[in-house]
Amino acid sequence: MSYLAVDHVTKIYPSLEPDAKKGDEFVVFDEINFTIEKGEFVSMIGHSGCGKSTLLNIMAGFDQATKGGIILDGRETSKPGLDRMVVFQNFALMPWKTAYENVALAVRQSHKEWSKAEVKEWTMKYLQMMNLESAANRRPSMLSGGMRQRVGLARAFAAEPKILLLDEPFAQIDALTRGSIQEELLRMWEATKSTVFMVTHDVDEAILLSNRIAMMSSGPHAKLAEMVNIDIPRPRVRSELIDDPKYMQIRNHIIKFLVSGETGVGDKASNNVAELKAV
Amino acid sequence: MALNQFNLKLGKYAPYLLSIIILGVLLLIWSGMTGIPKFDPSGLSEDDLMMQEMNGDIIRDESGEYINNPDKLSAIPGPGRVYDKAVTELSAPFEKMGTNDHGIGWLVVYTLKRFLVGFLLATVVAVFLGMLIGMSKTLLMALNPFIQVLKPVSPLAWMPLLLYSVKDPYITSVLVVFMASLWPTMANTAFGVSNIKKDYIRVSEMVEMSWFRRFYSVVLPASAPAIFAGLRISFGSALVAVVPAEMLLGELGVGYLSWIEWNNLDIAGVIFAIIVVGVVGFLLDYGLSKLAQRFTYVEA
Repeated sequence: MSYLAVDHVTKIYPSLEPDAKKGDEFVVFDEINFTIEKGEFVSMIGHSGCGKSTLLNIMAGFDQATKGGIILDGRETSKPGLDRMVVFQNFALMPWKTAYENVALAVRQSHKEWSKAEVKEWTMKYLQMMNLESAANRRPSMLSGGMRQRVGLARAFAAEPKILLLDEPFAQIDALTRGSIQEELLRMWEATKSTVFMVTHDVDEAILLSNRIAMMSSGPHAKLAEMVNIDIPRPRVRSELIDDPKYMQIRNHIIKFLVSGETGVGDKASNNVAELKAV
Repeated sequence: MALNQFNLKLGKYAPYLLSIIILGVLLLIWSGMTGIPKFDPSGLSEDDLMMQEMNGDIIRDESGEYINNPDKLSAIPGPGRVYDKAVTELSAPFEKMGTNDHGIGWLVVYTLKRFLVGFLLATVVAVFLGMLIGMSKTLLMALNPFIQVLKPVSPLAWMPLLLYSVKDPYITSVLVVFMASLWPTMANTAFGVSNIKKDYIRVSEMVEMSWFRRFYSVVLPASAPAIFAGLRISFGSALVAVVPAEMLLGELGVGYLSWIEWNNLDIAGVIFAIIVVGVVGFLLDYGLSKLAQRFTYVEA
């Protein structure tokens, strides 16, 4: 039994087309099936509108699947909870709280029996891991976008969730800062042995971070087109990655898919990996 | 250009200096328009002059020359006379000369008390009801028409009904302030609560906050800017209402002062009352804005 299973998840909205009749349906995605093992980093990539953020919201419990469900560690999930911490695209920090208070909130809620000192120690540890000691007493409005997302990541990791859900976490951060936060994220992931599911539309980011990449076809009726295995050894260094022929191979494959909308070789699954290895 | 150079040299003091200059110019214009007209005795017989002096229309100055009696002039008084009036009033602020003749300090205290009781009572009720309404979209939509109809009604329009119901002018004046403060705060609170960013609610659900904790550590701070915006509007409307309420109900206070001085035909006193209302209002509003700064946040 896998750690997390996305089991035949379908999302249907009532159609909003101008000529739609009552009862007409808009199927965002259809019968999405995949699993994530403990400690894995899985990314999902696809065009906007394919419903990847909706799927993440369903996994987080913010939205409900029309059919199917999510099974995490043997239990079906429904409401949002501390076992599935989300890192939001727009950070979602409380602007009236300092960076410290934003993280401490999650720590206090996940360890209700802890004393103030214990909460403080744990919070400071995660702030330090994200290089945020100097920003601890600042409010989000005083922090740059990159710093804000570091707080968002610290908050999510500090609660020690069963799975971290990252919803395009670096989309609003400038390219230079993005690189260093991605490296911090990798370090955190390795240090805490967390399980991560990330939604993105940045191919390089997905390859740098992931064990596997789930490719969604375009919506409506979006499907999980292919699961790509990223067998580039870690630690992966951005500057060296660019010269790696395997990296280019995978990158081209994903971009070809995103442009043409076809998987190219064969059916789903990982037969492309065999092809990649043969090169 | 000239103003910019002026700005550059004086730096941060420039606006204050400019304010003082504007005040000086205004006072000059005021005194120029309201000066005591020079008395012209030519063409008047000795008897006429004596008659006018007995009437008190003219008096003799130190050198024995006739001048117009400033106290008898019905024209708008100049800044000098308003200043004299202010000095007289402020020199004995807490004296009670009679049932209706209390010092200016007392009048300010009475008005402040009336204002604060009505305003705070309305704030408690409005924030509580506004939160309740704002947390349910159905309730908000159902009650919105009532709020929208009641909101524009002048608080003074309630006064006869209130006076008839409670039969006490003091309580009525407090209730007029209450009615004036209620609607803007209530509408803004409901609006603020119903428009809290989805993200904040999602985070509070994600970290499994209890209802109570979510209320005071997310809903209340997130809607604080909207609540304070409502309070500022309520505040202005209550301050506008308190003066005529005192006038109409004959309740002692700075609004009453203005009306009493009008009955005394003491226009300098009326102007003094206007200035007192302005200064008291400014100080209260300043306090409220300082308070608001402590409880609101900069959107990240």
